[in-house]
Amino acid sequence: MTPLHLSHYTQVSCVGDGLAALRRALRSGTGGLAPCRFDGTALPTWIGEVAGLDRAPLPAAFADYDCRNNRLALRGLQADGFDAAVNDAIARHGPRRIGLILGTSTSGILETEIAFRHRDADGALPAGFNYRGAHTTSSLAAFVRAWFGLEGPAVVVSTACSSSAKVFAAAARMIHAGLIDAAVVGGVDSLCLTTLHGFASLELTAPEPCRPYDAARQGISVGEAAAFALLERPPATPDADAVLLLGCGESSDAYHMSSPHPEGLGARMAMEAALADAGLTPAAVDYINLHGTATLNNDAAEGRAVGALFDNRVPCSSTKGLTGHTLGAAGALEAVVCAVALGDGLLPGSANTRQLDPSLRLDYLLASRDAPVKCAMNNSFGFGGSNCSLVFGKRA
Amino acid sequence: MSHTLTAWIEGIGLIAPGLPDWACAADVLAGRAPYAPAASVLPTPTLLPPAERRRASRSVRIALATGMAAVAHAGADPRQLPAVLSAATADGYNCVALCETLASDDPRVSPTRFHNSLHNTPAGYWSIATGSMAPSQSLCAYDGSFSAGLLEALVETASRGAPTLLIAYDTEYPAPIFAFRPIPDAAGIGLVLSPTQTERSLAQIAVDLTDAPATPLANPALDNLRLAIPALRGLPLLKLLADGKAAQANLEYLAPLSLAVTLTPVPAPC
Repeated sequence: MTPLHLSHYTQVSCVGDGLAALRRALRSGTGGLAPCRFDGTALPTWIGEVAGLDRAPLPAAFADYDCRNNRLALRGLQADGFDAAVNDAIARHGPRRIGLILGTSTSGILETEIAFRHRDADGALPAGFNYRGAHTTSSLAAFVRAWFGLEGPAVVVSTACSSSAKVFAAAARMIHAGLIDAAVVGGVDSLCLTTLHGFASLELTAPEPCRPYDAARQGISVGEAAAFALLERPPATPDADAVLLLGCGESSDAYHMSSPHPEGLGARMAMEAALADAGLTPAAVDYINLHGTATLNNDAAEGRAVGALFDNRVPCSSTKGLTGHTLGAAGALEAVVCAVALGDGLLPGSANTRQLDPSLRLDYLLASRDAPVKCAMNNSFGFGGSNCSLVFGKRA
Repeated sequence: MSHTLTAWIEGIGLIAPGLPDWACAADVLAGRAPYAPAASVLPTPTLLPPAERRRASRSVRIALATGMAAVAHAGADPRQLPAVLSAATADGYNCVALCETLASDDPRVSPTRFHNSLHNTPAGYWSIATGSMAPSQSLCAYDGSFSAGLLEALVETASRGAPTLLIAYDTEYPAPIFAFRPIPDAAGIGLVLSPTQTERSLAQIAVDLTDAPATPLANPALDNLRLAIPALRGLPLLKLLADGKAAQANLEYLAPLSLAVTLTPVPAPC
């Protein structure tokens, strides 16, 4: 594909608001996971909660969209001046020519979960239950579209934990098809009982801060995040540190709803497709941000696929030990991690991981270190066997 | 500044209340047969393994049946087709059951309930049922979900230079969410799109963004269906196909935008 420019990007997660907080976490290896107390839930697991969302309703004009997920979205839009960058892009391109393609898995379901506790004697939900503005999967895009007054194509991609990686691929296609000139892409997923109890039911939640790729890993730490990027055609002479989207690859496992293909066949197809889309060989990749959820099956399958495709030559890590697994926001959050790695010349380490699973042949980064990074891959794999790999790079 | 997206329609699948398949629906949409209201009939997803088949939700059933109908009509191999699934809702029954459990004294949920709660559950089962490892997409744009899916399928067809399958579908919610989102029944529209004309091509489709409002269907019962089930916002496109004449209609998308669809049928061979 013709490269696209990430002209602005930012994140909010349990490590804090904005790129500075993310940089601090990546360099120090200190993340934001804490024992789960969410909504009074006493599950024996750790989570990555964004502080302050309970006390920060949306401004009155946007009350129709008020829910935890859209509050988190707004926190993300206001980090690092991302909203000003979008408004500048609207001034340049016009509100019709900017696409809005965002990922979420659970949207505002938390509000529905709470409303179900307040059903009346006949089982009816409270009159204030907000289906359209909160519950529905597309409320995230509806809120952000209203926030900016955008008038172009808008959609939510909801493919579980690959959602906000796939938004980059969909936006790139739409720009290259000439339908839009720029796109606001990103992912927002927020804590809710569905995912906390759901992953617990699958026995996939760790009783400790998650330890991706560790020999003794015990599962995931569920997190929440908002991460956004503004995708545009690159300027004629991009800055030396400009981050470009070089390629996207997608595949399906066709294997199982909640377990990856054991050899990571679908994962490997996505990585190969992303490299082919970028016109690169595996040797060109300097860093891989792994999906690395810290479940036994995910890390084994992904590790085998990465080992088979890249040998043990490419430094790689999962950063979910810092942020938790932010599900539908993970793709965009870890795209931002790749952008920081490229821009700062940083190979991020894997927080909480003590010893690499000895069955995997990988150059796995236990600690962060400085090194030039010209090309970074981001892997995101979701339930339903939905796989997406993205390749980012600096100006050639 | 608008940019026209084009493709060739190779196959159609339709399941809707009173419209059990595309052949019946074409006669009703073209006015050759009367519309008789009836509940949607969702075939058993025979391609799934027996355990999954028994547990298949209405969302999975409508998506798989709609997709298989379109693929069969096109004579296509589903393993070769990237699939774009678009729906306003995930499975409503599963959602209500899950929320009831989470609100109860024992909030432990079943693993199957959890993975069936995803918006992309039908996409996952589509790939498992067909064995397709091609990319799939799962989209939501509220009442604009049909148009959002059609746009994505057209863009993918152009981008890859290869055929793409669109499956737009919806299912109803039970109480108590039904009161807030009264979708009355399940329905699905499937299309196989090709970037080039083939011997299977039924019509060329060209799509632009427009400010013009959506085109209603003249038959009030059919227009009620169009408005009642988000996936059926695509019915005006199917009416153009049923009429078999070059014509144009606007589909609901996201205000202020609609999709202006121009259809040019391929003349039937003599």
